[in-house]
Amino acid sequence: MMEKELICVNCPMSCRLTVQIEENKVVSVSGNSCPRGKAYAETECIRPERILTTTVRITGGIHRVLPVISESEIPLDRIMDAMELIRSAQVKAPVQVGDVIMENILGTGVNIVAARSMDKFSCSDTSQK
Amino acid sequence: MKKVQAIIIGGGSAGLSAAVTLKKNGIEDVLVIEKDEEPGGILEQCIHNGFGLQTFQEQLSGPAYAERFVRMAEELNVRILLNTTVTKLTADRVVEYVNSEEGAVQVQADAVILAVGCYERPRGGINITGTRPAGIYTAGQAQRYLNIDGYMVGKRVFILGSGDIGLIMARRMTLEGAKVIGVAELMPYSNGLPRNMKQCLEDFDIPLYLSHTVSKVFGKDRLEKIEMVAVDENRNPIAGSEQYFDVDTLLLSVGLIPENHLADHAGIRMDPSTKGPVVDDRYMTSEEGIFACGNGLHVHDLVDYVSLQAARAAEGAAAYLRNGSPKGTPLCIKNGNQVSYCVPSQFYPEDPAEKLTVYFRVRTPMDNQQLVIRSGDKVIRTLKKRKLLPSVMEEAVLLKKDMEGLTEDITVEITEVAS
Amino acid sequence: MYDVVIIGAGITGTMLSWKLSRSRLKIAVLEKENDVAEGATMANSAAIHVGYDPEDGTLKAELNVKGAQQYESICEMLHCGYKTVGAFIAACGAEEEAHLDVLAARADARGIPYRFLSRDEALAEEPSLSDNVTKVLDFYTTAVVYPWEVAAACMEVACTNGVELHLNTPCQSIEKTPKGWLIRTPAGDFETKYIVNAAGVHAAQIHAMVAEPEWQATPRKGEYYVLDEDAKPVRHIIFPVPSKEKGKGVLAVPTVFGNTLIGPNSDFQEDPDDNGTSEAGLAYVRANIGKTLKNIPLNRSIRTFAGVRPTTTSPDFIVEEVSGAPHFIDAVSIESPGLASAPAVADRIISILAETLDMPENPDAVMTRKAPVILKLMTPEERSRLIAENPAYGKMICRCMQVSEGEIVDAIRRPCGARTVKGVKKRVGPGFGRCQGGFCEPKVVQILARELGISPLEVVYDSEKSNILQSENRI
Repeated sequence: MMEKELICVNCPMSCRLTVQIEENKVVSVSGNSCPRGKAYAETECIRPERILTTTVRITGGIHRVLPVISESEIPLDRIMDAMELIRSAQVKAPVQVGDVIMENILGTGVNIVAARSMDKFSCSDTSQK
Repeated sequence: MKKVQAIIIGGGSAGLSAAVTLKKNGIEDVLVIEKDEEPGGILEQCIHNGFGLQTFQEQLSGPAYAERFVRMAEELNVRILLNTTVTKLTADRVVEYVNSEEGAVQVQADAVILAVGCYERPRGGINITGTRPAGIYTAGQAQRYLNIDGYMVGKRVFILGSGDIGLIMARRMTLEGAKVIGVAELMPYSNGLPRNMKQCLEDFDIPLYLSHTVSKVFGKDRLEKIEMVAVDENRNPIAGSEQYFDVDTLLLSVGLIPENHLADHAGIRMDPSTKGPVVDDRYMTSEEGIFACGNGLHVHDLVDYVSLQAARAAEGAAAYLRNGSPKGTPLCIKNGNQVSYCVPSQFYPEDPAEKLTVYFRVRTPMDNQQLVIRSGDKVIRTLKKRKLLPSVMEEAVLLKKDMEGLTEDITVEITEVAS
Repeated sequence: MYDVVIIGAGITGTMLSWKLSRSRLKIAVLEKENDVAEGATMANSAAIHVGYDPEDGTLKAELNVKGAQQYESICEMLHCGYKTVGAFIAACGAEEEAHLDVLAARADARGIPYRFLSRDEALAEEPSLSDNVTKVLDFYTTAVVYPWEVAAACMEVACTNGVELHLNTPCQSIEKTPKGWLIRTPAGDFETKYIVNAAGVHAAQIHAMVAEPEWQATPRKGEYYVLDEDAKPVRHIIFPVPSKEKGKGVLAVPTVFGNTLIGPNSDFQEDPDDNGTSEAGLAYVRANIGKTLKNIPLNRSIRTFAGVRPTTTSPDFIVEEVSGAPHFIDAVSIESPGLASAPAVADRIISILAETLDMPENPDAVMTRKAPVILKLMTPEERSRLIAENPAYGKMICRCMQVSEGEIVDAIRRPCGARTVKGVKKRVGPGFGRCQGGFCEPKVVQILARELGISPLEVVYDSEKSNILQSENRI
């Protein structure tokens, strides 16, 4: 039996978790305030996963880049590979928040989606409304 | 002069929440004034997730969180003036603003809510000596260049300050291919949320140097090198501990300061411990009808609290518009032992709010302490606190019955647990 | 073939170029940096000393008094900020009070107005005076300016009148020719009849290209704190009683824009280009401001900076033709009060030139410039009128200093206009405020890129290689 201390990264509460591990399997989690903490501890001890947030190039929008987010966690050890793919993505305005920008990234089953809506650039967008 | 019932200065997380709450409280004539080309404020560049757990029971990115409030404001027909900067505010609530379409305009408001946000302490606010080359940015400035404008500011990066923006930028720059050499923190503990220590530094093997600071920078045109020193318990540099790192970029995450220029010039009383206005339990400042909320009031660590407090300020403003100021003279809510500030810091014992959440921060990290709220010698409440960190805002709730009829100031303090 | 080449675009060189631009002479100004006013002119106390301090019989005393007298009308002509704030010389104790009498006697002889204030009278106007202060001598006509604004305005008008400004043009060697001089630079050769050496801290190197100087450069560094405009600890310039060893001492200066300067120290150093701050220097400032003032809110510092003064082994200014090098004129050792003296230094150089050079008036020369638009100083009605004509004046870029996009565009488009982020800051102020450009710099970069027709990646902070952005992130 091995005991491990973890800090939950799910939310800003940053709960301190104590995890009991036996033969590469999590047998108990304490210190969590919600079920997500338990789930976090279980994956964190086996194969850590993270939400990925970054940007993609957007044309015709009011800004040059569009923030995007992974719909759910992807393995931490694939984050850099995912970045490599996302780097080449391009979208066109308009975009709605939640629009899928890249499907099933790296076969993880997780979509990369728009983190905000972005209208098309037009002169009236930058002047006062 | 034009008249408006309520003007909210700032269309970021605080301003939007205040606008929505004013509308929901039956205040029809609400005008939000926003300096940028779109509402949302600094959230637009905070593309990381972790926002909204309290407000929406979801984990959102900054822009998505802002968008929820923008939609609510739109549905309630809140008027938002974009690309418009408030240049002056007077104690009798004349707001002067400027934009390209209307020119310079003065408006008389019945109530004003300051939701102006904060700014980052620049290099000159701390003691980094040496040259003045390009390549030194506040963390938020680099964040804007990267996440909104789409430019990298450098490739070999050092970060001073372990505040959340610094940590978030350490990860963000790493993801984009920069090498983050290290993060130095003056204090013996981190100033960021534990989750950000984990997922922004540990995940990427970025070293954190506690009790260290950047003492000097080198380079004529562009930053070439920094000098890091260890500091003693009084935060003084330890001679002989100098280490040098070749970097082209230094990001500063050394503190946020409420933006209080407008308030200052309106003669509003300031609280030296928060550097924002002094507010009462309705979030009203020393000037009647002028309210304050958000990071312009005091610096929050979570946007959810910004939204929440801004809603309280808006409720205060709505009540003021209906019934006028609270009755009687206020008493203070004071910082006691180990408490660095309390917001709000005033209440009305003759006319207390139904429920008042006092937000406070502690001076140093502590374990297993007791929070004591007392009025003079009378203890109103005690609460056990397992873990207290300066980076984590704490709260204490006071009910109407706790405050009613008190004759002495309230003190919020931390004491050892009586064994 | 130029008539006059001026080496150095600091306050001395630019003021001279402005005054000379009244004539038909063919003039070039060579500046090794990427903008005007990059050396001592950028980093000093910004005060127009009235001239009580220099010793009797010196050139310094003469040029200081004459120069200071011209400033108000020059700033009026050039539409530069000029604010009469008064200078309190604060004496601590009997010995220093006696020195106030010496200064007052000099002032009498030089026609400089003053008044004495008792401790209580002074305290009523400056509550922050320290408990040590016993008596004050107030030179109430003392003013502050923005030295770099004056330099840029002088250069702007000079350029409009046909003077050439060559930036990033360091002088590498100077050769005597039958007709005058040949100056070699990486940007090409300049043939000229006359040279004026106004190279500030580098004047000794320039001088050595034509003759062995009889003096040596002994650059002295001065370091300063800048306090937030809302801090406002003083309304007058506050000086300690000056001493031979430490010069004017550590002062507090309320600037034109409202920030407060606290400094400087005064330390000799080898490297004339080293304008970095040091812990020792700033510690000296912190320790010594307490002599005359108390409760100075150094915790509201928004910036620290250092400037290098072009001090030499000569105790006096040197403004003369170099012996053995005809038509090569030195304007060197122009340390404090060099800013105040600049108009008179220029006059003296012109009279030296006039001995051998014919200077016909140019009837087309215009010695004033169009007043820059400064919205902050206007009434709402005036602002609205302007914004109706040009909507860019309604778009606020710097909220700390309240500077609009229109004002920034003006600063870029003017002759001798801003080409860098610091150049914009120097001319119209964004970045001088409490956030130090944290919010407005990205916008200033965009405006500069658009106006100069370059990529934001090519926009520099100050010098030619001080790029702010390193690469596109998503192209």
